[in-house]
Amino acid sequence: MKSLFSLILVLLMATNTYAVTKVNGAGATFPYPMYSKWFSEYNKNNKDVQFNYQSIGSGGGIRQLIKQTVDFGASDAPMKERDMKKAAWPVKHIPTVLGAVSVAYNLEVDSNLNLDGETLSAIFLGDISKWNDGRIQKLNPSVKLPNKDILVVRRADGSGTTSIFSDYLSTVSTKWESKVGRGKSLKWPVGIGSKGNEGVTATVKQTEGSIGYVELAYALKNNLPTVALKNKAGEFQKPSVKGVSLSAASLKKDAKVTASIVDAAGKGVYPISAFTYILLPVKEETVQLKEVKKFLQWALTKGQDMTEELHYAPLPTSLAAKMLEEIK
Amino acid sequence: MVRDIENIQHSFSTENDGNISKKQTFLTYGEQDKFAYYLLKLVASLVIILLLGMIAMLLNSSLSAIEEFGIGFALNDNWNPVEDEFGALAFLFGTLVTSALAILIAAPLSISVAVFINEILPTKLGKLISLFVEMIAAIPSIVFGLWGIFFLGPFVKDVLTPFLKSNFGFLPLFQGASFGIGILTASIILAIMITPTITSICREVLKTVPKIQKEAALALGATRFEMIKIALIKPSFSGLTGGVVLGLGRALGETMAVAMVIGNSPTITASLFSPAATMASVIANEYAEADSDLHLSAMCYIGLLLFLVTFIVNSFARAIVWKKQRKARG
Repeated sequence: MKSLFSLILVLLMATNTYAVTKVNGAGATFPYPMYSKWFSEYNKNNKDVQFNYQSIGSGGGIRQLIKQTVDFGASDAPMKERDMKKAAWPVKHIPTVLGAVSVAYNLEVDSNLNLDGETLSAIFLGDISKWNDGRIQKLNPSVKLPNKDILVVRRADGSGTTSIFSDYLSTVSTKWESKVGRGKSLKWPVGIGSKGNEGVTATVKQTEGSIGYVELAYALKNNLPTVALKNKAGEFQKPSVKGVSLSAASLKKDAKVTASIVDAAGKGVYPISAFTYILLPVKEETVQLKEVKKFLQWALTKGQDMTEELHYAPLPTSLAAKMLEEIK
Repeated sequence: MVRDIENIQHSFSTENDGNISKKQTFLTYGEQDKFAYYLLKLVASLVIILLLGMIAMLLNSSLSAIEEFGIGFALNDNWNPVEDEFGALAFLFGTLVTSALAILIAAPLSISVAVFINEILPTKLGKLISLFVEMIAAIPSIVFGLWGIFFLGPFVKDVLTPFLKSNFGFLPLFQGASFGIGILTASIILAIMITPTITSICREVLKTVPKIQKEAALALGATRFEMIKIALIKPSFSGLTGGVVLGLGRALGETMAVAMVIGNSPTITASLFSPAATMASVIANEYAEADSDLHLSAMCYIGLLLFLVTFIVNSFARAIVWKKQRKARG
C-alpha cells in the first residue's frame, strides 16, 4: 500500500515537471470530431499545451464564454446581439470548417430525386403531403412517384443542424419565414422529431415514405439516398464537400464571416451550408489565449488538409488567409 | 472498529471501578448517545434540505417564466422557441397520457406476474423468474430506447396497428396514420420499464397475507382462482394500488427511452398513433442548445410542474398505503 502510494506520488511529481498549459473550451457538438482530431494531432508537436474541449452545445458554449469559465467558445450559429452585449469584451468569430445539411429520404423510386427550395419548404410545412404531388413530379419528370404519404422527420433536440436548415428554408420561402422562422428549436408544423443525427437517420432508414435532414457527414457515412437540390445557378446538386466549399467561396471579400451563406450564387454550389466558429474573446492576451491563437493558425493551414477525411468542408484558401490576418 | 470495541470494553471495566473512567475514555456513554443522535439528525435533515434546495433552485430559475406566463403556462399549448412563446399543456398531456396508458398495460400484467410467482410456481422456479423480472429494471433506459426504435416501432407499425385498426378502427383512438413512433410505442416501452417495480412491490404486499387465510378459503371449497380472488387480491387491494401508483410515479419522470420513441411533437390529438412530447423529454431535448433566457426558464418551469405532478402522485400512493396500514392495525 505504502509503496503504491509513493509510486503514485513520484509519478505525479514527474508529470508536474512539464509546465503544461491547460486551455479550456466548450461549445458546439457538430465540429467536435474535427476539433478532437485537430487537438490530438496538434498535441503531437506541441506537448506543452493541452486542450480540453467540452462539446456541450453551442448555446452552452456561448453561456460559458460569457461567464468566463472557458478560454474560448465554439458555436455553429454566430452569437446574437444580445449575447454579445452580455460579454465583458467583444467576441471575434473565427470560422474553422464548413458544415452542410443534406436532405435524406426513403422511397422506392428508380432514380435520384430532385427538389428545389420552394418545394422542400412546402413539404416541411405540410402543404405537400403525398409523394406524387404535382410539384414534386414536375421536378422529376422521368420518375414514377408512388401515391404515398410523406413523413417528415426532423431533429427533436435543439441543434445547429436545424438552425442551418431553417435558415435555408426561410431564405427560399417567405411562407416558411413568416410561419416558422429560423432557430435551433422550432415550432414544427408537421412530422416527428428524433433525437440527434443518428435518430433521424434511423427513423428515415426504417420508414418508407420519409424525408429528413441530417448533417452531410452523416449522410455520406451512412450512404443514405439524398435529394439533389436546385441552386441559384439552376443546377441540381447532390450534397458534397466540394459543393459546400464553393458556397463559402461565394462570400464577398469584404463581407462579414458571420453572414449567412445558404442559397449562395455560383456554379456547383450546394445550397444548405454554414460556417462553424470558434469564439475568441478580444481582451488582454493571456497565456491561454496565446495558445488558442497558435492552435488556430495551425488549424487554418495544416489542419485544413485533414477536414475531408472526416467529411467536413475546408475553408476556401482566400478566407483562411484572411482569418490568419485577423488572428494576429 | 477494533478500537471502538476496545474502548467500549475499557469503559465497561473502568465504569465499574468508579471515578477514573471519564479521563480514560474519549466519550462517555451519554455523550456517545448524544453524538450519534445529533449526527443522525444532521444526516436526516440533509435529505430534507436537499429536497428543499432543489425546489428553491427550480423556483429561482423558473422565476422569469413564471412572471411572464403565470399559471396560464400549464393551460397553453403553444410552444414556439423562435418567438419566445411557451406553454406546457401539450407536454402535460403527453406525460399524463403515456403514463396512464403504461399503467393500464403494466398494472394487470405486474399483478398477474406477482400472483403467479408467489402462488403458483414452485418456490425455486419463482425465485428464478422474479430474478429475471427484476433484471428488466437494470436495463439502461437508452437501451430500451434503441430497442424501441429498431424493434418495437416497426412491430407497432406493421403488426399492432393493422390489428387495432381492423378491430377497433371506429374509435378515434385508433385512427390516423401510424409510423411506429408515437404515444402507443412510448406507452408500451414505459409499461415494460415499470413492470419490475410494480411486480416486486406487489409480491411483498401479497406475502403479508396470512397463510391461514388462504387455507381457510380453500377449506371452504373455493377453487384456486377463487382463493386468489377472495383471500389474496381483495384484502391486499389498497397495497397493490399503492404499488401501481409508485410505478406511475416512475413512468411520469422517465426521459430517455420516451424521448427516443415518442416523436417529440408537442401536439394534442386523440389518436394513439400520432407523435406527442412529454415534459421530461422536452427538457432533455432542448436544454443544451437553448440560447434564450426565457426558453431556459420555461423549461425549468416545466421541471417544476413535473415535480409537482410526481409529488402529488407519490403522496397519493403514500396515503393509500398509510390508510391500509392503519386499517391493518385496527
